[in-house]
Amino acid sequence: MSRIELRVNGRNVEVEADGRTLLTHALRDHLRLTGTHIGCDTSQCGSCTVHVDGKAVKSCTILAVQAAGCDILTIEGLASGRELHPMQAAFNDFHGLQCGFCTPGMIMMAIDIVNRHGRPDEATVRAELEGNLCRCTGYHNIIKAVCAGAERMGEMA
Amino acid sequence: MNETVANGKFGQSVKRVEDARLITGRGRFVDDLVFPGQTYAAFVRSPYAHATIAGIDLASAQDMPGVIRILTGRELADAGLPPLPSGWNLSSIDGTPARVGLHHALAVDAIRFVGEPVALVIAETRDQARDAADTVLVEYQELPTVVDLAAAIADDAPQLHDGIAQNRAFEWEIGSSAAVEAAFAGATRRVTLSLRNNRLIPNAIEPRAINVQWSAFDEAMTIYLTHQNPIGMRGFFAIMLGLPSENNLRVVSPDVGGGFGSKAPAYAEEFAVAFAAKMLDRPVKWTAERSESFLTDAHGRDHLTTAELAMDDNGRFLGLRVHTLANLGAYISTSNALVVSYMYATMLSGQYAIPAIHARVEGVYTNTCPVDAYRGAGRPEAAYLIERLANLAAREIGVDQAEIRRRNFIREFPYQTPLIYCYDSGDYEGCLDAALGLADYAGFEARKAESQARGKLRGIGLSAYVEACGIGPSKLLASLGGGGAMWESCEIRVQPGGSIEVLTGAHNHGQGHQTVYAQIVSERFGVPMDSINVVQGDTDRIQAGTGTYGSRASVGLSAAVHSCDKIVAKGRAIVAHMLEVNLADVVFADGIYSSAASNRTVAFVEMAQAAHGAASFPTDQIEPGLVATSFFDPPNFTYPAGVHVCEVEIDPETGVVEVVAFNAADDFGNVANPLIVEGQVHGGVTQGIAQALWENAIYDPDNAQLMTASYMDYGMPRADSLPEFGLCFWPSPTPVNPLGMKGCGEAGAIGAPPAVINAVCDALGVDHVDMPASPEKIWQLCRAREVS
Repeated sequence: MSRIELRVNGRNVEVEADGRTLLTHALRDHLRLTGTHIGCDTSQCGSCTVHVDGKAVKSCTILAVQAAGCDILTIEGLASGRELHPMQAAFNDFHGLQCGFCTPGMIMMAIDIVNRHGRPDEATVRAELEGNLCRCTGYHNIIKAVCAGAERMGEMA
Repeated sequence: MNETVANGKFGQSVKRVEDARLITGRGRFVDDLVFPGQTYAAFVRSPYAHATIAGIDLASAQDMPGVIRILTGRELADAGLPPLPSGWNLSSIDGTPARVGLHHALAVDAIRFVGEPVALVIAETRDQARDAADTVLVEYQELPTVVDLAAAIADDAPQLHDGIAQNRAFEWEIGSSAAVEAAFAGATRRVTLSLRNNRLIPNAIEPRAINVQWSAFDEAMTIYLTHQNPIGMRGFFAIMLGLPSENNLRVVSPDVGGGFGSKAPAYAEEFAVAFAAKMLDRPVKWTAERSESFLTDAHGRDHLTTAELAMDDNGRFLGLRVHTLANLGAYISTSNALVVSYMYATMLSGQYAIPAIHARVEGVYTNTCPVDAYRGAGRPEAAYLIERLANLAAREIGVDQAEIRRRNFIREFPYQTPLIYCYDSGDYEGCLDAALGLADYAGFEARKAESQARGKLRGIGLSAYVEACGIGPSKLLASLGGGGAMWESCEIRVQPGGSIEVLTGAHNHGQGHQTVYAQIVSERFGVPMDSINVVQGDTDRIQAGTGTYGSRASVGLSAAVHSCDKIVAKGRAIVAHMLEVNLADVVFADGIYSSAASNRTVAFVEMAQAAHGAASFPTDQIEPGLVATSFFDPPNFTYPAGVHVCEVEIDPETGVVEVVAFNAADDFGNVANPLIVEGQVHGGVTQGIAQALWENAIYDPDNAQLMTASYMDYGMPRADSLPEFGLCFWPSPTPVNPLGMKGCGEAGAIGAPPAVINAVCDALGVDHVDMPASPEKIWQLCRAREVS
């Protein structure tokens, strides 16, 4: 068992976990932050995407101990109170989700895309989302939501 | 798409209510739940596709840390867990019932597909369960395998089930073979086609999961389950687990991450876990890993079909003869006997007036994962066949692919096909013209020339599909071999303060029910949507229900309309007393009761207060309270239809097919929420394009190993592989339900595959290409084209 110190959604937390515990399991099982989802076992689906020190990371690809001391942002930490992050609001406005299971990972990835590309065009968003699988939407409204979310984030910046 | 609004009526693009929890990480999925005393399950799965179990050595696994119990198939069977139930009784042509291979929740003596569960390990943590599962030693005696449909029915094929020769489960037919013989005798032209409808893996992004609590003292069980029909599952589980009655069982499906049919069957793993919880008297949770989903979630499609279409010299269709080998997999999954028969062959008339049709379907066992309903469930297979034949017919007669369809369209409704079903309504030619306009069909030749100038091959393909939704008329379905019970219920409770609960047995796993039910009730009562709470997926809350599949939201929504009508009518009686006017003089509109005989008006909320107060009307004539329940059993299926137009560009150097345009005009009847319906079409068309171009479950023909068992091997559609779609609605409202809705969930997956393959064949100038039109296959065809 290892004692791992993390900063999650602005809060300092400690997790006691096996060395082999993945970050995604530390978040879900130990911290009960179940908004981060697990959709595959080969780091392909992107449902578990969170931000580690400001960058999008598939939380099934790193061990919790590797994230020790890092600043982690999950889907639960995006909104301030009832005020949604502009990307969350865009997913609602443009019907960017159906079953909602891939959505937390999509939104975390979308924000990362905007952080790196500013206001990306449709082709850029499609290429950047290649590592996030959605089975419901055919991606169309997700793409619209990400582009609109990027505009709104730009206006707020 | 019209403007989106936060509150709105039927027909408006209302933003979804359910999004709030899902975009903030506050959704509640089965794997999110942990109960006091929670234990975790992991399955030991067979690495072989066909074997007998010579022995199982649990000794070392039992000593692993945290292991509580390891169960084998023999133990479960001895403890009284019966084989899995069948949901449909199908009879062969000779009147004999389908030969059902027994399917145990955990294999008892024999393995029949790779990944079949052999033992169940329960431990204190998930990792401990998985570690111990890895150390269970099973001694297998390997048997020869069979994957290929044609090989499976050969005399010398490996036989999966005792007493089921040549692996034939049933040979079923529909239509008149005599009429078809006569039609062919009188025909001057004919086309023939052999095709494979490729096997697909559904891949809802949330893996299957179950968490079961058992209370031995009062023999009460609660099952949290990733399922499309939790209310319907209650009866199945109560019987399988030997509970005293359904009252001893609560089934809850909270947020469910996609279904597409794959979360509708009754699965082996779920029964084993529930039974184990009962044996252990502790909560047991199992969540599939994606590899397990690939291996064991019921697969879709997998047909091998030959067909002949007879015509006159003008291309009028006279007769259709179809023979299909349907791959059942190793066992007959819950609904699959229905899917390969009445959900498939009944739709072979397509949008066309074909006087004589006969279809024969043979269900065949192979060493593969069981097949069951997958988005469209039988209708995509029918539409693919008839729409490919239509294009072959156009080539044979020498007319355009739109023209051959115009010459054969059904034009009068209702239309009784030769295959049981009676189409409700439609305007097939209007839909065709709308789609051709959207796709700029007339401008195709110019675009083709432009592609040619860049060294690319461009093709255009149409498909004109019709399907059956809103399942279904209980009496008809019972007469065909089902258990009936295809209605849906809806209870509406108006609280004294005016807030409203809408409870239905339908289940939302992405369809937006929470929004659409609220839209309809809000409009009927003239109250804001945020005063309405839609409750689904919990047998402790829902009185009765039959779930969500086959685009049957119209059935539950119709029950909601009837409950609204009952509430409004009761309100009129109450208001008549409040205003001291005659009942006949009370009218209700936009949330207000009024009467020409009174200056006073009563808002809906005031009426609700009065209904509970029970002081303003005689309670011997009108019961207090404001609750209404309705069950709606549709008199017929609904028949959504549409025309999809696909344009592809092929690079002959690489064989890569790119979908450069996709346009669709769909008749879903009245559309409750265009925003949501367009989303359903986007998803369906994407799955349809993916079937045509990328998705294919491949088993190794030598040993029946699944070679496409991960997202790195299976061709899932991704964000960068699709163009934007052009959509429009061309509604012919159905008369079979009070809303005129037909259903939209499966349309895209039905219309798209033939449109794509017709476009590919058009680009290459060939008669047929089997799905998926992979780069390797297309490159070979391009090379052959160059040589010739």
